[in-house]
Amino acid sequence: MAYQLKEEMSKPERFSSGHRMCAGCGAPLAVRAVLRALEPEDKAAIVSATGCLQASTFPYPYTAWEDSFLHSAFENAGASIGGVETAYRALKKRGKVKGNYKCIAFGGDGGTYDIGFQSLSGALERGHDFVYVCYDNEAYMNTGIQRSSSTSRFADTSTSPAGKVVPGKLQNKKNLTDVVIAHNIPYVAQTTFMGNFRDLHQKARKAVYTPGPAFMNILAPCPRGWRYETQDLMKICKLAADTCFWPMFEVEEGKWRLTYEPKKKLAIEEYLKPQGRFKHMFKPENQWMIEAFQTEVDRKWQDILTRCQ
Amino acid sequence: MGKRDRLSGNEAIALAMKGMNLDVVAAFPITPSTEIPQYFSQYVANGETDTLFIPVESEHSAMSACIGAQAAGARASTATSSCGLALMYEMLHVGASLRLPMTMACVTRALTGPINIHNDHGDAMGARDTGWIQLYAENAQEAYDNYIMAVKIAEDKQVLTPVMACQDGFITSHAVENIELLSDEEIGKFVGLYEPAEYLLNEEEKVAMGPYDAPAYLMEHKRQQAEGMMQALPVIEKVAAEFAALSGRHYGLIEEYQTEDAERILVVLGSTAGTAKQVIKNLRAKGEKVGLVKIRSYRPFPAAAVAKAIKKAKAVAVMDKAEGMSGIGGPLFGDICVAMNGLGGPRLIDYMYGLGGRDVRPEHIEAVYRDLAAAMAGKADEEQLIKKAGPYYRYLALREE
Repeated sequence: MAYQLKEEMSKPERFSSGHRMCAGCGAPLAVRAVLRALEPEDKAAIVSATGCLQASTFPYPYTAWEDSFLHSAFENAGASIGGVETAYRALKKRGKVKGNYKCIAFGGDGGTYDIGFQSLSGALERGHDFVYVCYDNEAYMNTGIQRSSSTSRFADTSTSPAGKVVPGKLQNKKNLTDVVIAHNIPYVAQTTFMGNFRDLHQKARKAVYTPGPAFMNILAPCPRGWRYETQDLMKICKLAADTCFWPMFEVEEGKWRLTYEPKKKLAIEEYLKPQGRFKHMFKPENQWMIEAFQTEVDRKWQDILTRCQ
Repeated sequence: MGKRDRLSGNEAIALAMKGMNLDVVAAFPITPSTEIPQYFSQYVANGETDTLFIPVESEHSAMSACIGAQAAGARASTATSSCGLALMYEMLHVGASLRLPMTMACVTRALTGPINIHNDHGDAMGARDTGWIQLYAENAQEAYDNYIMAVKIAEDKQVLTPVMACQDGFITSHAVENIELLSDEEIGKFVGLYEPAEYLLNEEEKVAMGPYDAPAYLMEHKRQQAEGMMQALPVIEKVAAEFAALSGRHYGLIEEYQTEDAERILVVLGSTAGTAKQVIKNLRAKGEKVGLVKIRSYRPFPAAAVAKAIKKAKAVAVMDKAEGMSGIGGPLFGDICVAMNGLGGPRLIDYMYGLGGRDVRPEHIEAVYRDLAAAMAGKADEEQLIKKAGPYYRYLALREE
């Protein structure tokens, strides 16, 4: 059935308003868009790693989650959802649960690329039937914008500050999506918020309804950490895709497919410019940083194009 | 009625696991508890149980998966030792505070470092403040029995607190003993089915677990959790009575052995109780008034029962198999001092012993009773001992050359 934003928006919300996430934050958009991919009659059991999302959506005694929800710690969303999913199979087998449940885990880049990486890898390898959604905002935002392995090179964060000698983060962003693909799981997708959310929605549907492990890496900007105007969230996401900084693609049973190709590939400055964390790169003496950044983007983009042929 | 067999403590635990109507077992191998998931995965592979086994990639994930499974509405259990238990440390707190009545077979072993695979209580003592109930076993039979009872204690509506059934690594986990087993049907009937009030997969009512708890709420939640621990004392006794009716084997919060008229008493946890009982028989035969208190329930700590058992003695040796590094004795000693707070009572001396699998022989226990005799008499050799070993915090069988 063709995607109709209006129809999708008329479904009952499974992630309610009134949560305490910042205006202009990508994480709640990611959650709402992924949960919208669920058939209304299907139930969900949701796990979240510790982070902004968990702390701001479930401050006792309030919750924004319309489905059953568990938070236990920062580094274990993979193992936790694996436990939930195994319990589901056990209880279903014994006739104690009748309905259909979908198991979904959410984590930021801290809980996914870094501290929760082992737990995620273990759960993917064991083949639990679940979706892991990483809302990647490229730093440990909940603790105050510290660098993560997902932080882009040169970004100014509170533990990779741009100083007189060190020009922000020294290392390139870890390519977690590639690492997840190497687990040979049935479905992996990379996406962000674009236009009418068709791309995200279609990927979320596949992720939720493909048996076995599925992984979605969603670029989800953070206005505090990236230092952009809150109303510019969608603009930044589009620039991330149009500069090919964040390629939109999926890997289904090992088959790579590009899901968005910009009509005109924009220069990386377009994406970097509106973000305060990259401000120092625009000093005349730091032109080399922009060039180095562009080189890395081009390298990754070429790699994706080759694989998607 | 029970079936007699010759088994190691680990195999006995795995057999109990098979009968406990568990939905999920998640475990990662670590010496000396490794055999438990090994035996259990064999039962799964042979279709002898329909419990689902998750071969996780670490103990942190073992406890996380158990928490996820139990929160979802399943009955979950795990087994571990030493560094594995330490790796779970964070999650032990989380699981207990979520009031998830999980169980764990804890096969105690020294905690690294230096690395050592043999028995002491350094691992379990590190988990004593995590909010888990801890039962300690003298032998394989008691390890098996405690693990079965753990399910009923944990799931009691007044308790809702996870339970760690501890046994001594190698000493009881690997030594083969005569043991009386219950059938899977008997165990299944005894523990019943898990009927949680709130769980993730409850189709009638959704639930959110693990909130951010602001200063306005956390203290009340901790108090409620502590209440569950306190309520566990009578429940442990109640479950033991029900278990006695099924098995004929009786257990209390503590076990008193020849304490009635004892002037000198040893307080121990775990397998050393067996060695001490033999020593007591020998010394009693010579007319010495010696006795033993074995702590079965260490968390919650049965302070009143312990105080009643030792307060008429003249001198008491508290045997600590974990160096708490407090500089003033081991963890059990601290608990005994709290139990005796304001009651007067006997002279208390702490003995650090058996660390890293250091052999605990009858002559060592005899030496402790001799020290207690000296302490009672206030002889010159007691003064010598105090000079050499300190007034209340001593090491047993320590090489000092």
